[in-house]
Amino acid sequence: MEAGRTNDLPYIKRTKDGRINIKSGNKIDLVVKWTLIILSILTVMAFFFFNYIGLQWDRAIPETAHNLRVMFLEPALNHFSWGEAFYQVGITVGLGVLATVIGAVIALFLALMAAENLSRPWISKSIRAVVAVIRAVPTVLWVLIFAIAAGLGSEAAVLGMLFHSTAYLVKAFSEAFEEVDAGILEALRATGANWWHVVTHGVLPSTFTYILSWVFLRFEINFGVAVAMGAAAGAGGIGFELFMASGFYFDLREVGFITYAILIIAVVLEIISTQLKNRYFPASTNN
Amino acid sequence: MNEKKMRKSRMQTVVFLLIIIIVTYLSAAITEFNFLDGLATIPKALGWMAGNLLITAETLERLPAIMEKLLETIFMSIAATTIAAILSIFLGLMGSKTTKVNNIFSIFARLIASISRNIPVVAWSLILLISFGQNSVTGFLALFVGTLGFLTRAFIESIDEASQDAVEALQATGATYFQIVNKAVIPQSLPQMLSWILFMIETNIRSATLVGILTGTGIGYTFDLYYKSLNYNAVALVTITIVIAVLIIDSISNRIRRVIL
Repeated sequence: MEAGRTNDLPYIKRTKDGRINIKSGNKIDLVVKWTLIILSILTVMAFFFFNYIGLQWDRAIPETAHNLRVMFLEPALNHFSWGEAFYQVGITVGLGVLATVIGAVIALFLALMAAENLSRPWISKSIRAVVAVIRAVPTVLWVLIFAIAAGLGSEAAVLGMLFHSTAYLVKAFSEAFEEVDAGILEALRATGANWWHVVTHGVLPSTFTYILSWVFLRFEINFGVAVAMGAAAGAGGIGFELFMASGFYFDLREVGFITYAILIIAVVLEIISTQLKNRYFPASTNN
Repeated sequence: MNEKKMRKSRMQTVVFLLIIIIVTYLSAAITEFNFLDGLATIPKALGWMAGNLLITAETLERLPAIMEKLLETIFMSIAATTIAAILSIFLGLMGSKTTKVNNIFSIFARLIASISRNIPVVAWSLILLISFGQNSVTGFLALFVGTLGFLTRAFIESIDEASQDAVEALQATGATYFQIVNKAVIPQSLPQMLSWILFMIETNIRSATLVGILTGTGIGYTFDLYYKSLNYNAVALVTITIVIAVLIIDSISNRIRRVIL
């Protein structure tokens, strides 16, 4: 192998007999290829595992097409008024805001303890492990479990959503904190700054825009989650109305109206979040 | 940074915080959320969980049935993600600035992505439930639609991020559109795309629980049944199996990600 290497360029990979290896990045290609193959096999297998009880394709597809047409072309309100609709949307947005804001505040402190460059290894490792487990439980299960203890209502919904939001933001924040230039922290420590000074003058100013962006992204997610909690866990708001309209009244026009209302809010949130990203991320690289 | 600028940015921070406090207060008012009640609930809820969510030997007998449903849910989310990914590659190619065929297709692709992403998965599952009935296909389709929108947006971004040099070099040799896509665009963005697909599989297993509760399929339905029949030991078992499944899939995809990115 050594004999074949004539001009000693270490970055040229050679095979055993000295020829230049023209297949680059073997391991990466291999992993990508096998992941794709395994996913395809699992996908094909999946269709044998499904239960098809009560499914009639020939009836279901035209019916869905018809339902979608009624929903999107003839939206109307039958069971509640416009004012009521605004109020319900407000409740859903409110649940999202509460879960996001409280979650962000708690996550900020936990993330400071979870970031490896600001904390002791054992504290950071244990917080990360707890956060990973909390994140693995679907939000709806948290809300339902809290609903038993706290009773149905906004407290159970907000607390249940809070768990997942906090866990998500701790991960995002602590990763942002770890990317803070070690030189800044060292310079501050050299002046005799204590842990709190390092955080308020070094870490927070340089990561503030990232934090803001993550919080808003989470708010976007939490709006969707709040709709879901209304429908699946009876947390109220527009999601609950959606569940009632489709599951109890079978009123497709109303389902259409509610879907439009959710769609409009979601699109507005997405536009704001894109604007924030465009406005703050180029700026954060400059200073 | 001079003094004036610092003072201005301090003012901005104060105004910003004030706005957040007001918005939070308004949200608490409209949802009738009481901070103190909420705070008092946490220890109560944790105490209840410690006391009631215990796995007993009797519930362990239900494990095979739960595992079967869990497997169905995992398969459902993998299938929905992979099939949505195949379609998303085409939509992504149509929507990306580098590879778009023409503006009409590009707007069309972005519109489909935006609609299917922004209508929550809850709405899709309730709509599909009406005509498809209570079976796996309903859950699969609901996950599929939501995944399609998200992956198309992610793929458009990964294709846009891929370097222009390779595309330009191939264009200079007179390569056709499909040759450029095949040899320059896809190989460059494939690892990134795969990372998004893995992320979506994890997310979908969690969403599948929610979709299951609504459409009566998979592990979500099992959870709902035990929950409504007040069998909290079985509820704990279902929750723990979901957590373990998500953690295992999380660690597998993290390992794959570490190699390919």
